Amino acid sequence: MAAEQAPTASEYVVHHLTHLTNTKQTALVDWTVFHLDSLFYSIALGLLAVFVLAWAARRATAGVPGRFQAAVELLVEMVADQAKGIVHSAHSRKFVAPLALTVFVWIFLMNFMDLIPVDLLPRLWAGAYAVAGHDPHDAYMRVVATADINITIGMSLSVLLMCLYYNVKIKGFGGWMHEMFTAPFGNHFLLWPINFAMQIIEFIAKTVSHGMRLFGNMYAGELIFILIALMGAAWSWSLGGAMLWVGHVIAGTLWAIFHILIITLQAFIFMMLTLVYVGQAHESH
Amino acid sequence: MNLNATLFAQVVVFFILAWFTMRFVWPPIMKALDERAAKIADGLAAADKAKTDLALAERRAIDELRKARETANEFKAGAEQQSAQILDAARAEAARIVAAARVAAEGEAAVAAQRAKETLRDQVALLAVAGAEKILRREIDARAHADLLDRLKAEL
Repeated sequence: MAAEQAPTASEYVVHHLTHLTNTKQTALVDWTVFHLDSLFYSIALGLLAVFVLAWAARRATAGVPGRFQAAVELLVEMVADQAKGIVHSAHSRKFVAPLALTVFVWIFLMNFMDLIPVDLLPRLWAGAYAVAGHDPHDAYMRVVATADINITIGMSLSVLLMCLYYNVKIKGFGGWMHEMFTAPFGNHFLLWPINFAMQIIEFIAKTVSHGMRLFGNMYAGELIFILIALMGAAWSWSLGGAMLWVGHVIAGTLWAIFHILIITLQAFIFMMLTLVYVGQAHESH
Repeated sequence: MNLNATLFAQVVVFFILAWFTMRFVWPPIMKALDERAAKIADGLAAADKAKTDLALAERRAIDELRKARETANEFKAGAEQQSAQILDAARAEAARIVAAARVAAEGEAAVAAQRAKETLRDQVALLAVAGAEKILRREIDARAHADLLDRLKAEL
């Protein structure tokens, strides 16, 4: 251990914040790059979420429910109630309510990855990488998919697509365009461009803030876990500050407990905003 | 914070998962919830109905009991009246039989007394005749006469 040069704090953090990609990304925007780790955890947890739900659904009976069924029903009823209060179209709810349920459970699971010790999965991955004969320094792995802006913006973009779809479906393309040009300031030919610009800004702001809120919370949470881990690591490197280890335990415990609230809250907020935005697409100004 | 194709992959995954939930998760759970709600509503209605039925049955039972008690009382009153009548009739019959027996006994006693009187009278007459015969026989002997009379006297 002492023979290897230990990574500096900055190297450690950067290594933790680098995605596993198919090719190295050099530009800020590059549509040929995939974040393989984010996609793996996103898809794996998404499948876990829907299959566990489907398993519960398949065994669901109208009789006395077991604990597992009751828990799933609690979740479903919560989402169904929220959807009923926000989206005033029973037909749309047939798709929007299950979507909201998926979003809630899926995002919760992706956020939950933050509570797994921050070095555990990357270290296992580095070990596997080394066994396969590669340089473990190149074994990048980020386990919190929602701390990847592509994932969160991808989901908020999906919600935007749904909003556009329901706008056209409910109001008709003409009706929607009429609203785009006459709301929010009124129907006057001088106001049309301003209205349209406002509407476009609103759509962009909604989508970006929707994705960025989740991303920001989870990225910050992950970063703090990394910094707390660094505090414990500093003890093992320096041999001097045993207090840092105690600090690691205390801070890690407190932040993890607080994070239980954050991951649930952020999943709930994302679900609620999905419903609100889709609900807005059903209402005319 | 790099934007890349992960974003579009996520959009596709998003809709596939949402579709899956809509197709395989939501309907069975909602169906189970609705069915259970209906079951509970039925159960509550049945419980209400059972409660009213029970109240009705209790009222009917009380009615029946009261009616039975009334009937029994009627029967009892009738029986008492009848027994009183029978007793009265028996008492009257007994009194009549006693009276008839007394009348019959008195009649018999009167007849017997009459017969005894008549017999006595016959015997007195016979005695008188016998006395007279003896007196007549003793007419010859005055002393004897007086003696006979004395004897007669003693016989009477």
